[in-house]
Amino acid sequence: MVTTPDLLAAGPEIFLAVMGMVLMMIGVFSPEKRALGIVSGLTVASFAVVLAYYLFMASGERSVAFAGLFVTDAFAIFMKALVLLGGILVLLMGDSFVRREGMARFEFPILVIYATVGMMMMISANDLISLYMGLELQSLSLYVIAAIQRDRIRSSEAGLKYFVLGALSSGLLLYGCSMIYGFAGTTQFEALAGLFDGKSAEASAGLVVGIVFLSAGLAFKVSAVPFHMWTPDVYEGAPTPVTAFFAVAPKVAAIALFLRVMLEPFGGLIEEWRQVIVLISVASMVLGAFAAIAQNNIKRLMAYSSIGHVGYALIGLAAGSEEGLRGVLIYMAIYLVMNVGAFACILSMKVNDRMVENIDDLAGTAKSHPMMALGILIFMFSLAGIPPMAGFFGKFFIFMSAIEAELYTLAVIGVVSSVVGAYYYLRIVKIVFFDDLMEMFDKPIDRPLRVIMAATGIVTILFFIWPSPLLESASVAAAALFATPG
Amino acid sequence: MLEIGLAHYLTVAAILFTLGLFGIFLNRKNVIIILMSIELMLLAVNINLVAFSTHLGDLMGQIFAMFILTVAAAEAAIGLAILVVYYRNRGSIAVEDINVMKG
Repeated sequence: MVTTPDLLAAGPEIFLAVMGMVLMMIGVFSPEKRALGIVSGLTVASFAVVLAYYLFMASGERSVAFAGLFVTDAFAIFMKALVLLGGILVLLMGDSFVRREGMARFEFPILVIYATVGMMMMISANDLISLYMGLELQSLSLYVIAAIQRDRIRSSEAGLKYFVLGALSSGLLLYGCSMIYGFAGTTQFEALAGLFDGKSAEASAGLVVGIVFLSAGLAFKVSAVPFHMWTPDVYEGAPTPVTAFFAVAPKVAAIALFLRVMLEPFGGLIEEWRQVIVLISVASMVLGAFAAIAQNNIKRLMAYSSIGHVGYALIGLAAGSEEGLRGVLIYMAIYLVMNVGAFACILSMKVNDRMVENIDDLAGTAKSHPMMALGILIFMFSLAGIPPMAGFFGKFFIFMSAIEAELYTLAVIGVVSSVVGAYYYLRIVKIVFFDDLMEMFDKPIDRPLRVIMAATGIVTILFFIWPSPLLESASVAAAALFATPG
Repeated sequence: MLEIGLAHYLTVAAILFTLGLFGIFLNRKNVIIILMSIELMLLAVNINLVAFSTHLGDLMGQIFAMFILTVAAAEAAIGLAILVVYYRNRGSIAVEDINVMKG
């Protein structure tokens, strides 16, 4: 017998899933011209309602639903708030693009809702089965969103590539799940954590194989090297608002899932998996720094940049401490803000109503659009990690946790690759400010884009004045994951 | 008489899984074959789960297998839909023609 309180913890997810179905009906029955506007507005509104619930009403206490398959705690609330914020910002700033570029269908916001529900389920997964279901709900929606410009070859090719490689990674992940189930005898995270409690934690070979496959599947979803090959193509081919969505929301959710899986059920086996995470992290940072140098397409460059950023975030996981976890949470929050800002700038790059994506097209923006150039300057400095921008503090906490965990080599490689990475961010700034104007971007930039650029820019540059809200909630969230019984 | 035990099922599943994996990477002809390889991988996992489930005397594995079957069906539907869209734009579904973006 299922009692009501059992479902209460999953209330926001149930609400959004029901809203998805309601909006589908609304979209079908409203006049064709206005369907997108209505559905899109209601989607943003329902995201905002759930976000407000998480920020002001939800208690950070740990509670489970669906007989232990689903859990909410302060960690889940923190990550879900980030995902919802990303969804809202991307829907707002993508609106004009969606109308202009032949993807004006009301299915787009609905798919974003379902992808978001999937991400929230991933973040709250407390069992291998719910992990898989959340991941697939997210991925299946994202495959379709990538291919949503169905008359453009690049968009459908991005969708196809994402689908094939995403399905492959799900296969790896599932094989890992089956091995873990077979050799541990359970799929529940608490029960798994109980098995590896204490000092004498030792895993059988089959279990180690399972964990390796599982982390390979998860590394795929966060696009860490050596499972990154889908990222540049998908980022380049997908329509720009979709790329912006890919760069923020699913990445935050996948990192959250990665953290929970590694630290909660397999926290006792940290010595077994730490080396793997260190390798993945180093490879991602180095590849992200070097491969981006040769790129001409700005979306492709952002893809390599995001690979590098995932590498930095994984340093915190490799540290495996509460400090490290707190660092990752702060990093992901800052990453989300500055990436949304950077994509707002990319979405403003259009000449005569045609989107341009080459870095050279930015030449001389400082003369034609001083404010946008200032925005690019802020976001690129922040992505490169130059103080006093927010990006610097994200990296700072991560590297501190690595040093505390005595991972000195990792911290040094991180700093060095961050310096190398600064080259290509600063190259963009140089092109914007010092190269001669070739083609002028359209004026004026759409209002939502201007507002989002200004808001994220102010947050990025003034973060150091009032960082305590973020730092405190990240501490609470990190403590919640470590206080887990089991 | 040879007793068929857990190890045999695991071996079969591992072989099928590897075949699926190689089918994705070595195949240079047709995307449909990739879709078939993905199905093969998922079904290999199902064999694993059901074998473990009977071995452990625990139903969770069979429930997991049901979920995987359902999701695999949805996944195949979406994959074919994307493939149809792609074919309309490109006029071909040969793997070597998927190269508008180099990566």
